[in-house]
Amino acid sequence: MSKPFAIMAEYETPAEIMAAAKKVHAEGYQKWDVHSPFPIHGMDDVMGLDNAKVGWFTFVGGLTGLTLGMVMIYFMNKFDYDIVVGGKPLFSGFSAFPVAYELTILLGAFGSLGGMFILNRLPRHHHPLLANARFADVTDDKFYVVIECEDGHYDEQATRSLLENTGAQHIEMVEDAQ
Amino acid sequence: MSEPAAQVQVETHTPKELVRQPLVLNNRPLGWITDQVAGIVEGNMPGWWNVAFAISFLVMMMCFSYIGYLISTGVGVWGLNHPVAWGWAIVNFVFWIGIGHAGTLISAILFLLRQKWRTSINRTAEAMTIFAVICAGIFPGIHVGRVWLAWWLLPIPNANSIWPQFRSPLLWDVFAVSTYFTVSLLFWYMGLIPDLATIRDRLRKNADKCTTGCEKLINKVKQYLYGIFSMGWIGSNRHWRNYEKAYLLLAGLSTPLVLSVHSIVSFDFAVSQVPGWHTTIFPPYFVAGAIFSGFGMVLTLMIPMRTLFKLEEIITVRHLELMCKVIMATGSIVGYAYGMEFFIAWYGGNPYELYAFKNRAFGPYWWAYWTMISCNVISPQLFWFRWCRTSPWFIFVVSIFVNIGMWFERFVIVVTSLHRDYLPSSWGYYSPTEVDILTFVGTFGLFMTLFLLFVRYLPAICIFEVKGVTPQADPHAKEGGADKVEGGSH
Repeated sequence: MSKPFAIMAEYETPAEIMAAAKKVHAEGYQKWDVHSPFPIHGMDDVMGLDNAKVGWFTFVGGLTGLTLGMVMIYFMNKFDYDIVVGGKPLFSGFSAFPVAYELTILLGAFGSLGGMFILNRLPRHHHPLLANARFADVTDDKFYVVIECEDGHYDEQATRSLLENTGAQHIEMVEDAQ
Repeated sequence: MSEPAAQVQVETHTPKELVRQPLVLNNRPLGWITDQVAGIVEGNMPGWWNVAFAISFLVMMMCFSYIGYLISTGVGVWGLNHPVAWGWAIVNFVFWIGIGHAGTLISAILFLLRQKWRTSINRTAEAMTIFAVICAGIFPGIHVGRVWLAWWLLPIPNANSIWPQFRSPLLWDVFAVSTYFTVSLLFWYMGLIPDLATIRDRLRKNADKCTTGCEKLINKVKQYLYGIFSMGWIGSNRHWRNYEKAYLLLAGLSTPLVLSVHSIVSFDFAVSQVPGWHTTIFPPYFVAGAIFSGFGMVLTLMIPMRTLFKLEEIITVRHLELMCKVIMATGSIVGYAYGMEFFIAWYGGNPYELYAFKNRAFGPYWWAYWTMISCNVISPQLFWFRWCRTSPWFIFVVSIFVNIGMWFERFVIVVTSLHRDYLPSSWGYYSPTEVDILTFVGTFGLFMTLFLLFVRYLPAICIFEVKGVTPQADPHAKEGGADKVEGGSH
């Protein structure tokens, strides 16, 4: 059973899609998106998106790494099996720092990449847009506005005429082949 | 009331606007960039690629054979002996790790500094980083002697219940290098996602052009693989927003990482008490040297690559010129560090320290020292001349000198500091054996094999980032269509 998923409008240049996105945002749509071969500078503001939350994942990852490094070294060299080497203290924050620092960065990096995937709900290989033949140009040189049918403001006639007014070269319905 | 002051003459003419040189020549459209870069991956490789791959593969196999010989026989096959117990293995390790640093500098530090020219070279440079770290990682692994116990370096419970000793810089190194490899890989992979999606989509578009069953099958398999690794990327702006933030954060994490990695590598020496090693200048000096050598290797790889794959319009002469300037800057820092080491050896008043340095320049290894000085201090100074910075073949020659010089730097540091101990009874002259030499040569085979596979199967230039720095991508520029919409131009 295939059902309509969204209406998709194609544009040639970043300026055109920027102007189109302004109009769609002004109409109050929520479940819509702009698709482009590269990030367009200023598009987040036009779409009314707030700051990305990836930083929290990085922070939690980094903090975990630092704590893990310090606790691990304390446990191994001071608590579980202490060996005096060169008369130096069994645990010191200074000698433990390089390893804890590297672990901070390591887990912070995993946090950043993982956070990006989680926030973007990726990987997702069954997205209806991936099955659309025309949409394949999104990774080349075309720009698309996609408004989902589930959006509260969606109306087949009104939404289509809105996109027509933005000067789209091509408008088509995207099917969700479930 | 006094007379009003004479009207100040205001100059009305505005200075002529300086035009930035374009990063992609000839005002190419966006689709051209895709075709040019993805075309390399899609087409058949030219004849030279097959020849180069065959040679690299054989050389790599030679490396593995010598490693097998080393493991089955023992470290006696190397030239190590008292007093020089750290020989080529450590030299090669530091050399390869250093090479990697240019990739991270280009991908992370130049990103934070908003240097847009990095977009044409970052993918290749990051790939080089990863392959160089793989080559580097081999050496500490095989030089521990009993290779089957190398896992004792990791904090894993072993039969003796003894944990690694975290006060040793050698153990810091284990964490620094493995973190460096992992984070570089993550950063590189993240940059690849949108470009893998480009190749996936192009394969889908070309599926109809496949005529034979075999072609169709290959297309299907490739679509599947590129599809899996592109994570279902659809270029959504809501995704780009998180993506760009994560990229920025990874750049922010990689910057202190790259500085720490070579600092920690230098601690392997600086934390010891050996005259010639025990110096506080080592961390910054090593980091500058690493970036210097890495840019040398980037140029060595990129100058032939841009010609052979006809990428001169994307990796322009201006890109090469800017890299030459980085080489000149870091080469000068390295030259300063060499001078400062000597000054401190004299000013510090420690006779052993002073002897170590006199011995470096005028002792039995004088030839290594002066090779290093000629390659690292003199050759980069040629880049003060514009012609030298803009002639690709000339840059290529200098980049080879930089590579040679930086290998010799590590040789000088490691071997000359060790070969004359405090007592003349513990003096010796270290020479490598055939196994030492050919194992090192073999790592170039490994490096080149990986690099050739990379240009064969992955987009060698970051397609989406290069598009992003063209005027065609700027919604406020005429080329980006601003003249076609109301209020678009500024």
